[in-house]
Amino acid sequence: MTHRTDAAAPPTETGAQIVAIAARADMAAFEALFKDFSPRVRAYLLKLTRDGQAAEDLMQETMLAIWRKAGQFDPERGQASAWIFTIARNIWIDAWRKQKRPAFDPDDPALVPPAEPDAPDLLEQKQSGAALHEALKTLPQEQVELIRLSFFDEDSHSTIAARTGLPIGTVKSRIRLAFGRLRAALEELK
Amino acid sequence: MTIHHHLNDDLLLDYAAGTLSEGWSLAVACHLAMCPQCRDQLALAEATGGALLEELAPVEGPADSWEALKTRLAAAPQDKAAPVARPASATIPEPLRSYLGGDLETIKWRNLGNAKQVLIKTGDPTTQARLLCIAAGKPVPEHSHGGRELTVVLKGSFHDEVDRFGPGDIEDADGSLTHQPVADEHEDCICLAITDAPLKFSSRLVRLVQPILGI
Repeated sequence: MTHRTDAAAPPTETGAQIVAIAARADMAAFEALFKDFSPRVRAYLLKLTRDGQAAEDLMQETMLAIWRKAGQFDPERGQASAWIFTIARNIWIDAWRKQKRPAFDPDDPALVPPAEPDAPDLLEQKQSGAALHEALKTLPQEQVELIRLSFFDEDSHSTIAARTGLPIGTVKSRIRLAFGRLRAALEELK
Repeated sequence: MTIHHHLNDDLLLDYAAGTLSEGWSLAVACHLAMCPQCRDQLALAEATGGALLEELAPVEGPADSWEALKTRLAAAPQDKAAPVARPASATIPEPLRSYLGGDLETIKWRNLGNAKQVLIKTGDPTTQARLLCIAAGKPVPEHSHGGRELTVVLKGSFHDEVDRFGPGDIEDADGSLTHQPVADEHEDCICLAITDAPLKFSSRLVRLVQPILGI
């Protein structure tokens, strides 16, 4: 089994695989997606839980949820990797932390719709996987590390604070700064 | 609706990463329901999570990982798009409406003088969530915060020492802020407030009745 290690070449066919899984329970597409993503989903969950067995179990739950919910994935609305990330994250919150994560309902009558329904085009462009990987590459290493820690460490602020000896307020403002830089880098790439 | 007070990146990233606890997340989700701009920002943060996931060094699992999953698929039918029953219109957005068990007209308020409130049960022991209704033109007692307070305006508006807050606006107040929110004249102001410590009221009288009123 070989795995991509070049971060600049994410699997672009993932979206099509998810669509095939939804359309015809395509087992070959699901196996390909599993080979691409399961080692990284496992890595993500291992970082959060620091428990190999839990990471394996939660990865399996994530893959099962991808299989079951494939019909909810809308390739027009976002990246496949973002969708997979949110599924793994929600399973971690639900099954490992035993917490609820309140979320808005996109079809709620009380939801305030965007003023210009066409705006997502621009957003989609900005969030294209390639642009994000590019933008991340332009950031100083320690800023990427801060963003990474805020996603991959259960208690990022206090962990970073302990490691660097900085007050939590300073850590937070540095993470804000780093995310602002990422946003600016994406603007420049447009 | 023009929103002037948005989610800051702390809240946005913590919510996107899944590290924000349920109580704070409830306020964030209510703001998101009312703010298309912050929904775009959330999508960006989650796309960043996805991109970073792709960049992680792969961790190999047990050799039978795929086989084990495959045997479970047989017993895992794909979700059919089941229609969810939704009202034709609503004032209070999800997810808050479900927490309250209904929309505005079903709420059983508890009177607090110039304001009325209802405490909201969540599974988060570190925070207290409440829905507040401040009477038009009236102030709530001046208070500071032992900790953080997130307030999301759902209807009407209020102003305090910081600014004016209208529908959809979120105020993120820390322990250093002493404020006296006053509802604007035209209508009652309904807002969701999340706190992680009891409010500290400037008035001794209010402090005295605080435990009785459960505020």
